[in-house]
Amino acid sequence: MTTTKQPLSHLDWLESEAIYILREVAGQCSNPVLLFSGGKDSLCILRLAEKAFRPGKFPFPLMHIDTGHNYQEVLDFRDQRAAELGERLIVRSVEDSMKRGTVVLKSPDEPRNKHQSVTLLEAIEEFGFDCCIGGARRDEEKARAKERIMSFRDEFGQWDPKNQRPELWNLYNARSHKGENIRAFPISNWTEMDVWQYIERENLGLPSIYFSHQRDIIMRGGAMMPANVPLANGEIINQPKSGEEVINMQVRFRTVGDITCTAPVLSDADNVSKIVIETATTTITERGATRLDDQTSDASMEQRKKEGYF
Amino acid sequence: MTTQHNDSLLRFMTCGSVDDGKSTLIGRLLFDTKTILADTLTQISNTSKKRGMEAVDLSLLTDGLQAEREQGITIDVAYRYFSTGTRKYIIADAPGHEQYTRNMVTAASTANLAIILIDARRGVLTQTRRHSYLAHLVGIPHIVVAVNKMDLVNYDQAVYDKICADYAAFATEIGLATARDIRFIPMSALNGDMLVDRLENMPWYTGETLIEMLEKAPAAHTEQSEAFRFPVQFVCRPHASDDPELHDFRGFMGRIESGEITVGDAVTVLPNGYQSKVKAIQLGADQLQSASTEQSVTLLLEDEIDTSRGDMIVKSAESIEPVKQVEAFVCWLSEMPMSTARTYIIRHTTRESKAKVGTISYKVDVNTLEQQATTDLKMNDIARISFKLAQPLMIDSYKNNRATGAFIIIDESTNNTVGAGMIV
Repeated sequence: MTTTKQPLSHLDWLESEAIYILREVAGQCSNPVLLFSGGKDSLCILRLAEKAFRPGKFPFPLMHIDTGHNYQEVLDFRDQRAAELGERLIVRSVEDSMKRGTVVLKSPDEPRNKHQSVTLLEAIEEFGFDCCIGGARRDEEKARAKERIMSFRDEFGQWDPKNQRPELWNLYNARSHKGENIRAFPISNWTEMDVWQYIERENLGLPSIYFSHQRDIIMRGGAMMPANVPLANGEIINQPKSGEEVINMQVRFRTVGDITCTAPVLSDADNVSKIVIETATTTITERGATRLDDQTSDASMEQRKKEGYF
Repeated sequence: MTTQHNDSLLRFMTCGSVDDGKSTLIGRLLFDTKTILADTLTQISNTSKKRGMEAVDLSLLTDGLQAEREQGITIDVAYRYFSTGTRKYIIADAPGHEQYTRNMVTAASTANLAIILIDARRGVLTQTRRHSYLAHLVGIPHIVVAVNKMDLVNYDQAVYDKICADYAAFATEIGLATARDIRFIPMSALNGDMLVDRLENMPWYTGETLIEMLEKAPAAHTEQSEAFRFPVQFVCRPHASDDPELHDFRGFMGRIESGEITVGDAVTVLPNGYQSKVKAIQLGADQLQSASTEQSVTLLLEDEIDTSRGDMIVKSAESIEPVKQVEAFVCWLSEMPMSTARTYIIRHTTRESKAKVGTISYKVDVNTLEQQATTDLKMNDIARISFKLAQPLMIDSYKNNRATGAFIIIDESTNNTVGAGMIV
């Protein structure tokens, strides 16, 4: 018998799939953790986790790997959100790995994003996590397009793109042996646009730097770089070098990460519905516009993932 | 312009070898729907120039991994996205190279429509038959036969008509024609004829363009009226919570794999057979009166029933008998052959069971569709096999239910997913 039912809207479908994936992690893994940076993707996942597990507590803690170069607005938002939810937040920092000597920078101003992998693997070992839930999306980058929803990492945290578990129907396999790790990506099938539409629909709060604001900018390596950003410890980073001119511009961030390698875009979109419209009409990809660390080579994301990056 | 979006979603796959223009077709769809942004286009245009090409090679868009660029091959299934403003699309892009069967079965498992590419110069080939058989086996309800490279046969209608007739004859022969919705379309993915734009090279074709077909194809869950199947994923018991009202809360969380449920419906929990009624249906903070296929919800029952992950809630009127033996078509996915001496794990919905291989009835030669006797299974083989199970499973036939008729086989020593099963 054939009947015509009203199809789920694409946002309802994506939401339902993500809830299903989160519950599979909870059902299959004994000690998972949710990677939470305070950015838009992980804020969506927090809402999805509420829909998946309330009125219960989340069956996992939240964890942020802090590079030490994060925007104070984002860190404050991170802490506030975890407190509102009443969930446990673990913070581990790249600075601590540097003190231990497990992260060695080539130069003091080297971007620390890729070194997050080391701190993440150390935290996985410290807590014995068997699964890390992350906010990566397949539309972000071409290496991500090939990644599984339950992505297997060996005991060194390595991703092997040539040897991934086949993933059929919605029968996810999150089994691992001790020391190995699964990275689970509930919003794999979402695009940047889906994320903004979901934020709009669910009325989610975001760190203020996602919205248009005035900021001092310098141009470095062909990209806009926020200038003179104060850190929590009083240090000021991205100070202009000689010959670099500081210009005050109307900008927002499309993606939020380490200050030294995340560039803002020119924008006067100061609310979510304006951002949705801007996202619909932009001619530059999210990472193309904003991630300096992705552009060092054609395969930089793939390389970092092989080394344990999420 | 409104920012409210209630678009539906369609998952589809493309089949064909590299030479049939599959990557070009995907590239063209992304390009013509304005999904490719300027920086990506600049990147592939630079690579095209480096390789000495005159026009931008749209197939470069699907070249993902370093190893693929080095070797010029596609390693694995990739997922791509585009949107038309009325619908969102997820493309499962399976490589056409030697690992075809397992990759195609993987991509097909989530697809509701398959585009089967045929090179207009070469007509219906062995691989066309193979792709069609696999699409049929994996139960893709909608097939679009795309006769590509029409530009290379002078957009000749006679060539197209002959290929359509050949394909229709073959589809009847394998039972595909009666079971599936099959459509035909002539196109040139290279030039963009009949994908998003109609262009003017084939005035004799008055049917729908490819994008029109994709826009109108029904989403999977709107088509069938199936029995209610709710595998329990997770049980929510916040009894230690500070809120005393929650001490007796017992919510069964999961995704409705098929059918519909309404508050008050009589249900049975399998395999134990406990009976109760649905007291409430929740989605996040919302209370629903009813819910249907593909919705992830929480069910509350009127009676306190001992139920855990792996159990299945069905409507009492549509109950099924748990079984400890299954017969299935299995596609072997692993480089390590299947051993009849070993015990494997079968994961069916949210339930796992140890399984022993019983009889292998026959293996299917996917090129000739002949049935052959065999005692083992190598990567890419498809065979009809029976399994003995340690735990009872609540199954439907795959033909009737793609969710409760499917399972994967896991090798316990490596934890790898090594087989895909479709219950007969």
